[in-house]
Amino acid sequence: MACIEASGLRKSFGATVALDGVNLRVEEGRIFGLLGPNGAGKTTALNAILGLTPYQGELRVLGRDPWAERDQLMRDVCFIADVAVLPRWIRVSQVLDYVAGVHPRFDRAKAEGFLAQTTIRRASKVRQLSKGMVAQLHLALVMAIDARLLVLDEPTLGLDIIYRKQFYDSLLNDYFDRQRTIVVATHQVEEIQHVLTDVMFINRGRIVFESSMEQLESRYAEVMVHPEHVAAARALRPIHERQLFGRSILLFDHVDRRQLAGFGDVRMPSIADLFVAVIGNQAGQRQGAAK
Amino acid sequence: MTTNTQSNAMPESSLNPQIAPAVISPARRMYWSMRRELWENRSIYIAPLAAAAVALVAFLFGIIALPGHRMSTVMALDPAKQRAQIVLPYDVAAGLIMATAFFVGLYYCLEALHSERRDRSILFWKSLPVSDLTTVLSKASIPLVLMLFSFALTFVTQFIMLLLSSAVVLADGLSVATLWTHVSLFQRSPMLLYHLLTVHGFWYAPIYGYLLLVSAWARRAPFLWAVLPPLAISAVEKIAFNTTHFVSWVAYRFSGPEASTPAAGSTLMDVMAAVSPAQFFSTPGLWTGLAIAAAFIFAAVRLRRYRGPI
Repeated sequence: MACIEASGLRKSFGATVALDGVNLRVEEGRIFGLLGPNGAGKTTALNAILGLTPYQGELRVLGRDPWAERDQLMRDVCFIADVAVLPRWIRVSQVLDYVAGVHPRFDRAKAEGFLAQTTIRRASKVRQLSKGMVAQLHLALVMAIDARLLVLDEPTLGLDIIYRKQFYDSLLNDYFDRQRTIVVATHQVEEIQHVLTDVMFINRGRIVFESSMEQLESRYAEVMVHPEHVAAARALRPIHERQLFGRSILLFDHVDRRQLAGFGDVRMPSIADLFVAVIGNQAGQRQGAAK
Repeated sequence: MTTNTQSNAMPESSLNPQIAPAVISPARRMYWSMRRELWENRSIYIAPLAAAAVALVAFLFGIIALPGHRMSTVMALDPAKQRAQIVLPYDVAAGLIMATAFFVGLYYCLEALHSERRDRSILFWKSLPVSDLTTVLSKASIPLVLMLFSFALTFVTQFIMLLLSSAVVLADGLSVATLWTHVSLFQRSPMLLYHLLTVHGFWYAPIYGYLLLVSAWARRAPFLWAVLPPLAISAVEKIAFNTTHFVSWVAYRFSGPEASTPAAGSTLMDVMAAVSPAQFFSTPGLWTGLAIAAAFIFAAVRLRRYRGPI
């Protein structure tokens, strides 16, 4: 069964269309990255998945209709909306008590175990913790819940690099077990490249690109082309070209690597470069159409 | 910022999905949701406690600053006046605690569904398997908690007051019999509880429901949204029709169904308990009020479903 299945998902706020017919399928056991520029519709898509907002179209999450059954769905789904949603007045001990009190799948001992590795004290209020510690606390709570789907929306926004790295390391080492599914939305693309199994780009409410990481590695190649080969390389119709230190870097889709090897160093493009290529091309086309 | 290292040596994640998850009853979710409210809003118990402390200090001042003097003059009065005189501070203390609890309840309801959106914590609460119905009902039950707490607190406060004045009376070599007959705590407390249950529980329910609804609805300034529309309605009614039905309707709702002219010499408590249960439960305004309260709370539940951070 697919963990998340959406077809023709639409959502508009007045005249602004936030989701414009999104089709989406996330299989269980994947780490799925939803990437897009600001205002692309990432958060709206996640809110629909979490039952926080009504929508048009078909959407099933773990076989349930999220808008109609949010509270039941939340027994199997966890989410971290962003770093600052834990109430500032609550004590660490109280939030442990509360989640243990209402959540059937919360393992308090496990959460205590995670917290023991941090400097977070049980008597502290959330307002007394640093931003990074709040993220650690929230992650400790979420990792102690035996959920089937974890949704993260910009979970590391505003954290310093050490906390950001720790956050994803903990997720991978202590939480992800290849049965659970993680959906993460962010525009800090570089940091999660090595974490993901699948990636999807969303722009202006539409899905503009989707691929598994294996596919992506075999499909796309980036070449730093020697000046004398630029014309020949361009003839192979790269999807994107940029300049770096006076050299041309061309991005190819579905072009034989052996053929490319003659032009210069071939390597796997970063998601960030691919993102810029795909989203940039789209913006270019749009401008071209406007002219 | 602390930079403690989180190593790979974290506890093993248990791979036991076949372990049946604990079943959590709706009552348990309700219980923890209400505890949550008490953690966040400590004024629910601190404010009535402070009111009780103020009443006790004032009472202590009264009996110590005027030792014996007051009690002996009171003893010389005729029985009806004597009773009114003795009972007065007890009633005022009860009234202070009750009024404090009432205002705390109003303020609480107005904030209850607004502050969680203002501080974005609604996203955290909604990430847990607690329905909007449970959440709103747990918040709507806080005025009842306040009512029961203020009753218990009033009883304890009045009991301490009785002990204090008994000590003074005994020290003066007088008999405590008159005092105990008039104050008769165990007879008067059920009257207070009756008043609290009927008026603060049933009669005021639509007021609390209305405030919860405004708190769920308003994007900002819930106080203004709660207060200004009724004011505007009253003004429009007065200007357009030169009538004051709306104002009197609101005033009636706040004053309670017992607002008849009290008999001479009756104490505050006598007035409060003047309406018999049969009279009270056959007041038509009671049942419409309760229906309206239920509609308001239901609307607040529906609204919370659509609400996110503001």
